[in-house]
Amino acid sequence: MSKIGVFICHCGENINATVDCARVAKTAGELEGVEYSIDYKYMCSDPGQTLIKQAIKEKGLTGVVVGSCSPRMHEPTFRKACQEAGLNPFMCEMANLREHCSWVHDKNEATTQKAIDLVRTLVEKVKLNKPLYSIKVPVTKTALVIGGGIAGIQASLDIANAGHQVILVEKDPSIGGHMSQLSETFPTLDCSQCILTPRMVEVAQHPNIKLLTYAELEKLEGSIGNFKATIRKKAKSIDENLCNGCGTCTTKCPTKKIPSEFNTGLGTRTAIYVPFPQAVPNKPVIDKENCSYYQKGKCKVCEKVCPTGAIRFDQEDELVEIEVGAVVIATGFNIMQPSEFPEYGYGKYKDVITGLQFERLASASGPTLGEIRRPSDGKIPEKIVFVACAGSRDPAKGIPYCSKICCMYTAKHAMLYQHKVHHGKSYIFYMDIRAAGKNYEEFVRRAIVDDEVNYIRGRVSKIYEENGKLIVRGVDTLLNAKPVEIEADMVVLASAAIANPGAEELAQKMHVSYDSYHFFSEAHPKLKPVETNTAGIFLAGACQAPKDIPETVSQASGAASKAIILFSKDELSRDPLIAVVNRSPAPVFSTCVGCFMCASACPYQAIGEELITNRQGKVIKKVAKVNPGLCQGCGTCVAFCRSKSIDIQGYSNEQMCAEVVALLNND
Amino acid sequence: MVDKEDLSFKVSQITGVNIRECYQCGKCTAGCPVGERMDLRPSVIMRMLQSEDAALEEEILRSKSIWLCLTCETCYSRCPMELDIPKVFDYLRGKSYSEGKVNSESRDIVSFHKSFLNAVERNGRLHEMSLILDYKIHTWNLFQDVVLAPEMYSKGKLSILPERIKDRKGLARLFKYQFKKRKS
Repeated sequence: MSKIGVFICHCGENINATVDCARVAKTAGELEGVEYSIDYKYMCSDPGQTLIKQAIKEKGLTGVVVGSCSPRMHEPTFRKACQEAGLNPFMCEMANLREHCSWVHDKNEATTQKAIDLVRTLVEKVKLNKPLYSIKVPVTKTALVIGGGIAGIQASLDIANAGHQVILVEKDPSIGGHMSQLSETFPTLDCSQCILTPRMVEVAQHPNIKLLTYAELEKLEGSIGNFKATIRKKAKSIDENLCNGCGTCTTKCPTKKIPSEFNTGLGTRTAIYVPFPQAVPNKPVIDKENCSYYQKGKCKVCEKVCPTGAIRFDQEDELVEIEVGAVVIATGFNIMQPSEFPEYGYGKYKDVITGLQFERLASASGPTLGEIRRPSDGKIPEKIVFVACAGSRDPAKGIPYCSKICCMYTAKHAMLYQHKVHHGKSYIFYMDIRAAGKNYEEFVRRAIVDDEVNYIRGRVSKIYEENGKLIVRGVDTLLNAKPVEIEADMVVLASAAIANPGAEELAQKMHVSYDSYHFFSEAHPKLKPVETNTAGIFLAGACQAPKDIPETVSQASGAASKAIILFSKDELSRDPLIAVVNRSPAPVFSTCVGCFMCASACPYQAIGEELITNRQGKVIKKVAKVNPGLCQGCGTCVAFCRSKSIDIQGYSNEQMCAEVVALLNND
Repeated sequence: MVDKEDLSFKVSQITGVNIRECYQCGKCTAGCPVGERMDLRPSVIMRMLQSEDAALEEEILRSKSIWLCLTCETCYSRCPMELDIPKVFDYLRGKSYSEGKVNSESRDIVSFHKSFLNAVERNGRLHEMSLILDYKIHTWNLFQDVVLAPEMYSKGKLSILPERIKDRKGLARLFKYQFKKRKS
């Protein structure tokens, strides 16, 4: 005979405002098999949990139903409370009276009735619950870090320094990411390369880090603690062990006019190339799409000049399988191409460039060696206009969000320009100045007051060329929308930060959720900012939302610490809510007939076979067997099983039927 | 560095107020007792100076606002950037006057300033009676506030004869020095 306790939570006003909680508790108390029923304002609080624990002990409860919020929110809380009182945690169920009832219905009789029904079905289920014990799985203490920008670098170093193995995968030929393209960094104006490159070298030399550049994630299987990742190592067309990075091939390559990705198209590179001189690893790759040999079958100059004979034209992509316990996604962001704004003339006028291009112009390693020279004729611009929010905060263009970094980098750009071109005049068209960060506001004030950057509040409506000048038209909204026209020599657009083009596909490969802008979603916007909704996969940097370097580094360290916490235990306990094949006494042994429909249906390859033998060791029967380490409890096999021999623990057919019958017997 | 003929540069040179520091919060205008009557409010004038636009600078010098300012310093005491706006206005008034750009509607105020200075120059102290007479003669506002006079007189606020300071020569030197400086 079951002795079930029902605990109805008001959730402050969240449930009680629309559901008559006292009546739900009273009605539930009258159900068959319910020993005790009570309602309370906050069941998850300490006094609330004590209420449950005391009832279990004093009334000798065999099952508990908590009518409160979503199990996603507090199932672990209440199961733990039951466990502490000596009840098997899987004898506790939650009726979702908040998300499934009070939040979605108005206050009326039907709403309370629905809450009663929800509680009643769970009471019927709990009657059939069996004690379950969590499954222990070993943890592979290796982390996979995807993306070798500052986020990936920081996360890799932190995990590696904690003594764990890291595999860092980068899709480009070099690690470094966007940060390696930046000139100086706000708000201190220290040189980006100077602070980044030592870390890149540290990654390359770290004994615990295995660096896979020019590689991408192909597939990710498994779950927390035991992922299996397939990495595609794209063919570099060189033998990395032989190449000594002398650079002869890159200087001799006859295909020289390819726009350099690293220099945002402002410089050129060869077909066999190293993205930038400080690249890690400093070994070239052949860009097959632009190489004459691959395209026309002739050339092979690099092969002839290579002193170590490291060129391998026949090299093919290689797939490597690795086992990892945790994954850190640090794939970063991209810059929106402002050609979506024909009114700004990007793409039409050479001297209208993006902020990232300006970074290259201002960088000592850039195409102009740090001199601000405009792309069209190499002249030093006397008047320069910066347009903030060129893409961000523009719902019409599908980007209603603030890109967060533009206010600061635009102030920095104008400041760098004033430092380099003393007689120049700079103007910034802005909507708001968002400088919320340590020393950020002071930095912007310094640009305005000390470096005499002219801020004009208003959005630019049009940029056009006239007599060799770029006419920038806007208004000063602080002067009653007075029209402003500036004859500029160069215009820099602070284009929006957007998700990487492959982000959606990558998220689907890894089963992590993403938002409508294709940025990866964190598990909780406040309390789980580095976790994803898939256990064991963490987020770092701008792949989650646009963010600046300090914030990226903090998040990367946060993600790393989550991976390290995971690796601190030798085994993980998993919920035992997995499929099992039934066993029964001889001579039946199991109702399983060994058709293995389940095995072909299983998306996780978790079903194997088991041979049932007699005492002499003779095989009597072959049945299916579920590998508890791989089973994710999806239930596909249950639907496929023709002899009803396979069932999900905790969600058996019998339990589900009991719930349905309880709902139908509504009187 | 750049075009240094603009008004905001001259303002900062003479008054020490860096116009660029103004971030347009508007607190000065919000607290200004005569702000409602101004054609250009204090924060707007600051923004106009920032724009370094010659036409706007001309508009400031020809505005009524600079003459309506009472120099009460409410704006200054509340300004988060501690910008001495009254000092800027003082400079703007001087420049407007010396360049003959005083707003036609503000001439009476200028006359009042003159009458005030005349009274001080003569006596070293303010003498209300001569200030009022001087002002009325210059502006022809003969009957303005006349009804107040008997009551003020009965309360001893209007004295027939002025009070004078002892060192009148020193005072004369002071005025001479100031006006000589202005002419140069």
